[in-house]
Amino acid sequence: MDMQIFLQQLINGASLGSMYALIAIGYTMVYGVLRLINFAHGDIMMVGAFLTYFGMESGLSFELAALLGIIGAAIVGILTDRIAYRPLRDAPKISLLITAIGISFFLENLFTVLFGATPKAFKAPEYITKVFHIGEIYLPISVIIIPTITLIILAIVLYILYKTKYGMAIRALAFDIKTVKLMGIDADKIIMIVFMIGSALAAIGGIFYAISYPSIDPLMGVIVGLKAFAAAVLGGIGSVTGAVIGGFILGFTEILVVALFPELGGYKDAFAFFFLILVLLFKPTGIMGQDLERGRF
Amino acid sequence: MKKVIYLILTLAYLAFVYYAKDMFDAYTLSILSNIGIFAILALSYNLINGTTGQFSLEPNGFVAIGAYITALLLIPAETKLDMFALTDPAPIVLKMHADFLPALLIGGVAAAFVALLLSFPVFRVRGDYLAIVTLGFGFIIRILAINNPEYTNGAMGLNDIPSYADFTWIGTIALITFVTMLHIVYSKFGRGMKAIRDDEDAAIAMGLNTFKLKTFAFMTSAFFEGVGGGLLASFLTTITPDQFSFLLTFQLLIIIVLGGLGSMSGTLVATILVMGGMEWLRFLDEDMVIFGIHTGAHPGMRMVVFSILLILMMLFARRGLFGDKELPEIIEELKEKFKKSSK
Repeated sequence: MDMQIFLQQLINGASLGSMYALIAIGYTMVYGVLRLINFAHGDIMMVGAFLTYFGMESGLSFELAALLGIIGAAIVGILTDRIAYRPLRDAPKISLLITAIGISFFLENLFTVLFGATPKAFKAPEYITKVFHIGEIYLPISVIIIPTITLIILAIVLYILYKTKYGMAIRALAFDIKTVKLMGIDADKIIMIVFMIGSALAAIGGIFYAISYPSIDPLMGVIVGLKAFAAAVLGGIGSVTGAVIGGFILGFTEILVVALFPELGGYKDAFAFFFLILVLLFKPTGIMGQDLERGRF
Repeated sequence: MKKVIYLILTLAYLAFVYYAKDMFDAYTLSILSNIGIFAILALSYNLINGTTGQFSLEPNGFVAIGAYITALLLIPAETKLDMFALTDPAPIVLKMHADFLPALLIGGVAAAFVALLLSFPVFRVRGDYLAIVTLGFGFIIRILAINNPEYTNGAMGLNDIPSYADFTWIGTIALITFVTMLHIVYSKFGRGMKAIRDDEDAAIAMGLNTFKLKTFAFMTSAFFEGVGGGLLASFLTTITPDQFSFLLTFQLLIIIVLGGLGSMSGTLVATILVMGGMEWLRFLDEDMVIFGIHTGAHPGMRMVVFSILLILMMLFARRGLFGDKELPEIIEELKEKFKKSSK
């Protein structure tokens, strides 16, 4: 493979990795505070993409529609926590996991019933999809915009986590939920903020997905969600930086392996899973080296 | 006395299974067979999820393994040559052949072997990895089935599978599964599994090898799911990769949650309720006329109802019908209550 194609694939990998990273942050944060694999997280991403699509269909500009999608997904995320997860805080963990599966299935089938299972074409505005070229490399602008926005968002999330009071509360919650409650912090409110941030980021990931593969369908969140979770485990579950690193590694690997060995293209969706198995076998704590049982940020 | 009752019940059930062919029409028999297959799958799923308390989402993967292997063993070589449209079948696919019962067993053993391989990464660490790895595993099996047309005929799937699995076979194997599961639950192993579910640290402190126990439960579960998959393939006579989606696992999850995680008799009752309910609620997916307005067909509506049902059960009736008890224990409890209230 010559250098130019390699560079082009590298940039594509960064764009795909950004998407995984954004979704993985939500997984890792919710896991951090609740020790819950939020199976519905991938579907929250789908909700974000669908709301954006319908915002644009009903005449809003792309930016406003995206804002609608992000806020809508954040509300759905908060609602799932409020309605389904909060009553089960003291229940056995298996109940929580089953509820999460129920929410996931509910969202997928609700959107199938409401909008049909056929994929819908997603028309992003031209200034995002326009193709430009540097020398021989031809790329849509989106592959530059997506990683840039992701890095900015990551900086904001890290700022919130490490420089604000709320961030301190989130980290404390991940450390020991009982003590935090004794300190007079409203744990439910902090968990709500975690769901809000995670869901909003997932919606942004979903919109990026819709721009890159210009179609959306009600089951789009399943595989992407699974991959993003694998990315979170790869990076070390509970660690936000780890989730981003894991997301980018997964994105690069997927793009590069398919570019180098086209015959493996059919297995593209399986790489994340093999990564997951390898990590569990050889370094269960992931790259950032946190223990699954006591995940930290 | 109890043993006599159980013996009579078993014989009566077997007689029913053997004479059902002559008593019912084809539609009723197909519903009964469906319930039988789902009972086999749900019972074995409950062993790992309920009794051992290890939340896994794998049945669709193991059912697919059992179904494909059994189907390939049953279909004659000439039929395979005609059927494989995308590429020629691999030599081993043409060579493999077995009778019905050995084919089922081989399917089960293959699934159990895969479970053994999976248990190394997932049971080495504690936590919820089992759930996500097994969920991914189901997708991988589907991807493998689609991408290896020389073994599986790709997305087109296999058809013309010899139809040996009638209600007699299915009903008998369902009984065997039920009895085996009860024996395991009440054995030394079963008590160990429950100990892991209730408090893994305490179980380790008592000197239990929890890794071995979990692997044993997982493999047993996989074996029966493989056998159930083989039955399903021969019962339906046609299988495609899309049939073994997460939907299958979701249905089984609802069944075992409704019956009570860890209760085998609860699972049986719940299988009948859920499978009957699925049949009964079929109208939800179809075109309805409400106040003269056609709603149009809504495939997926039933699943919306069932997922709401699952969430509500988790919120308000977490123990399901029987909790983790078996039917005789429930009857004893009811008797006690009745005695107390009549005094």
